[in-house]
Amino acid sequence: MSEPQTDSSPLRHTPLHDRHVSLGARMVGFAGYAMPVQYKEGILAEHQWTRAHAGLFDVSHMGQCFLIGPDHATVARALETLIPADILNLQPGQQRYSQFLNAEGGVLDDIMVTRSADPDEDGTLMIIVNAGCKDADFAHLKAHLPSNLTLLVAEHRALLALQGPESAAVLSRHCKNADSMAFMTGASMLFDAIPVHLSRSGYSGEDGYEISVRADKVAIINERLLAHAEVKPIGLGARDSLRLEAGLCLYGHELDATTSPVEASIQWSIQKRRREEGGFPGFDRISRELKEGPSRKRVGLLPEGRAPAREGTEITTEDGVKIGVVTSGGFGPTLNSPCAMGYVETNHSAIGTKVHLMVRGNAMPASIVTMPFVPHRFYRG
Amino acid sequence: MGETKYTKDHEYIRLEAGIALIGISDYAQSQLGDVVFVELPKLGKALAKGDEAAIVESVKAASEVYAPVSGEVVEVNAALEAQPGTINEDPEGSGWFMKIKLSDPSEVTGLMNEADYKAYLAAIH
Repeated sequence: MSEPQTDSSPLRHTPLHDRHVSLGARMVGFAGYAMPVQYKEGILAEHQWTRAHAGLFDVSHMGQCFLIGPDHATVARALETLIPADILNLQPGQQRYSQFLNAEGGVLDDIMVTRSADPDEDGTLMIIVNAGCKDADFAHLKAHLPSNLTLLVAEHRALLALQGPESAAVLSRHCKNADSMAFMTGASMLFDAIPVHLSRSGYSGEDGYEISVRADKVAIINERLLAHAEVKPIGLGARDSLRLEAGLCLYGHELDATTSPVEASIQWSIQKRRREEGGFPGFDRISRELKEGPSRKRVGLLPEGRAPAREGTEITTEDGVKIGVVTSGGFGPTLNSPCAMGYVETNHSAIGTKVHLMVRGNAMPASIVTMPFVPHRFYRG
Repeated sequence: MGETKYTKDHEYIRLEAGIALIGISDYAQSQLGDVVFVELPKLGKALAKGDEAAIVESVKAASEVYAPVSGEVVEVNAALEAQPGTINEDPEGSGWFMKIKLSDPSEVTGLMNEADYKAYLAAIH
């Protein structure tokens, strides 16, 4: 058997590193951190558990920061110079998904922005960014912020994600009224007696929460959640298969400095007011793509057989003409089939289009399908 | 039934009358994780020792399985197509990959017996 590659440079640890090891996690390097890719039961079981019960993920490697200004309108307008979402009209406690864009309309990182629910914190936005981009993201914010705003990088905070249909029942044992929070909202509250910031959102396609807490308190919260029969620890391997089935982008795969949100089929995250008014980097290209269509589009791909088609796989027409490339692919345990996402030329991107995926020199038949591959089950009240 | 022999790449062979039954060891399947697909060679394919004999796809990645001995592929385990997870459940039994008719039986003598393989596993940890 060929051996997997290993990275020998020193890896950072999250506050829960040793606990993952004691639980039998297989640790791998990701974005400069030693992270659990799976625990003893393996990726398939962890994935299935999350969709049936509640999976607990350590995502403390991700970046958390607060953008603080004199009032909401001021801080919102400043952030709007960097991202295409409507932040000005975010309600207190409301969360939105967006992207830092470059001048060409390409994506520097995808992010979650939450307006503080607390009226005493008017003028505070909480931003969560990807681990691999966080240093660049914070530098980007610092370089573009007017002097009346402060960027507070939350270096001593950890982040957990509890995802799955039983997460609301579990979390409400510790956080009063967590189960009645609306999807894509956040609030500060107590987990037992520990202050946390909770949002009802996540990366699995299921109902779930993200829990931001001081790093020195995350171990206690982790243990209390793991103590419930409904909860198991889940690694990054299942996190990836869950988001793939959910049709969600992963920065560095579906999103990079060359891809616009329109090409990536996430233009829904650019609210109407911003499409009309602009004021964000890359508006010319994005505006044109919204009117005329982009030249390529992110699509879902379903192989006919059982062989997975992974990142980098060439996509061709049935006649063998190259029309695109796979950006993420693997096996969907809930789907019980391989599935993939990639970019194809727009005139070959219609749902139902038959394509070939070039796997190990062989043309494997596949179809372009709608995403998500597995229906989302976000909380709708 | 002949004894089981192992390679440093964690394949095993089990000899019977010049035919080698080949698979991957329990250690190999645990390193791979859940197997979702196996690409087996065509019947009649001539393999030299060390050639890529099969591809195993786990959830995360593809891995090559190398031919531990030279010969002709005379049978493949068709049951793995529908149930690739058998490789995880019973790697050294019903999770076998293929049978090779040996072209050079002397190649077998260089492989490790079970005790030596266990010692090898302990050493590489």
